[in-house]
Amino acid sequence: MPKVPGLIKGLGVTLSTMLRTAKEGSHTIQYPHVKEAPPIRARGVIALHEGNCTSCMLCARSCPDWCIFIEGHKELAPPRRAGGAPRKVNKLDRFDIDYALCMYCGICVEVCPFDALFWSPEYEYSEPKIADLLHDKRKLGEWMETVPEAPELDAGADKKGKK
Amino acid sequence: MSALLAIDMPYWLQTILRVLGGTVAVLLPAGTIVYVFLFKMMSFMQSRLGPMEAGPYGSLQLFAEVGKWLQKEDLYPDRADKFIFKIAPIVVLTSTFLLVAVVPFGPDAWFTNFEAGVFYALAVSSVSVLGILIAGWASANKYSLLGGLRAAGQLIAYELPMVLAVIGVVIQAGSMNFQEIVMAQNAGEIFGWNGIGNPYILTQMVGFIIFMIAVQAELTQTPFDMPIAESELVSGYMTEYSGFRFLMFFIGEFATAGVFSLIAAALFLGGWGIPFAWFGWDSMDSIDNWMNIVGPLIMFTKMMVLSGIIMWVRFSYPRFREDQLQKFAWKVLIPVSLLNIMATAILKVAF
Repeated sequence: MPKVPGLIKGLGVTLSTMLRTAKEGSHTIQYPHVKEAPPIRARGVIALHEGNCTSCMLCARSCPDWCIFIEGHKELAPPRRAGGAPRKVNKLDRFDIDYALCMYCGICVEVCPFDALFWSPEYEYSEPKIADLLHDKRKLGEWMETVPEAPELDAGADKKGKK
Repeated sequence: MSALLAIDMPYWLQTILRVLGGTVAVLLPAGTIVYVFLFKMMSFMQSRLGPMEAGPYGSLQLFAEVGKWLQKEDLYPDRADKFIFKIAPIVVLTSTFLLVAVVPFGPDAWFTNFEAGVFYALAVSSVSVLGILIAGWASANKYSLLGGLRAAGQLIAYELPMVLAVIGVVIQAGSMNFQEIVMAQNAGEIFGWNGIGNPYILTQMVGFIIFMIAVQAELTQTPFDMPIAESELVSGYMTEYSGFRFLMFFIGEFATAGVFSLIAAALFLGGWGIPFAWFGWDSMDSIDNWMNIVGPLIMFTKMMVLSGIIMWVRFSYPRFREDQLQKFAWKVLIPVSLLNIMATAILKVAF
């Protein structure tokens, strides 16, 4: 018997929520028709800025489930100063991320010393076939456009971000 | 329906009408309850919209769901007792169809009208226990067996307060015939005033509350859903069922909710009738024929109100523990309903 007021209160909570939903609309949105803007730092997909990548393999080695595939070769580039020795640079041939394996931990983004990997809030890239989730560097480069400007870490500080 | 709209019908036509009417009386409330309450009211109580894509406001969602279930493979476990496994949902659904047979919808709109109607309804409603128990046993799955046993224990425990709660009504009406109970309520008077008849929810308030709690438990709706507890028994006796047989359990659950609401409406809320004093009716024969059309609508409205309460409680409360559930039935509901019978009997004799 002492529990009766609580029971009635419980019914009241559901009733008032129902009436509020009927009057003011729901907290959910009808997804394919209406799209919600994800938060600016949402971990949607990993984008690659190819020019910054030196194929150092740090990301591939730090990936917990080995979903990053990198192949590269060395090339000779013209020397910086006249008469100097030609520079050796790493040229990226292949940079694939298998999003069927990726667990969105973001360690590769953290570990990249040259700011080549970024989080993008883009989330609509599901595929009918699981093998199609292996995306190459061209696709990863396209996602670079969706990477938002990183917020400044302190007020007035230099902005870290894509160059 | 023997003399619906005062037209004499041959026996075969009556039979066809009864079968059709029974099917409609079971499936229409079930579909309406599932859409209005399970899809929409529950969603709104959780601040979401529920199905919106199939038809306007998702009103055809139920047809989509039924279509989906019909396409699924009719699986059964390798070690299941196949014959028993296959008939179990039919037994459960049959008890619902048998139950609707005694519900009156109008002065002439009934399927059967026999003297021991209340007794029959209470007896037939416990057939579903058998279906649930054999479903749990035949599944060859320990979770299903546990769920089936819990269901059997719970349904037997709550059968008793339900019967005892109805006895108060039977004493007051002086009949076990549903038609006469409805008549007694609508022709009755409260201290000489017959403006609203005498619906037994006023005099049998305790009985009504006990009846609705027992119905909630009989339907294994949420405060009493220990037998189908998803989080621990993975839906209990329904675990191994798929496709059409699961659909039958599903229809059985909500159709029984509708039929029990109809019975509660007939027993406590005045059934299909409107107070007879309004139109100067005094006996069953003097009731106008249009009540055969209005009566089912009144019953449907009362059914929606009562099943709305059942669903509202279902969506609001967490589940009882098994021992709390049994304790509540045996230590609270049954003594209170016995006291209710005593009080009713004494007052019946006194007045």
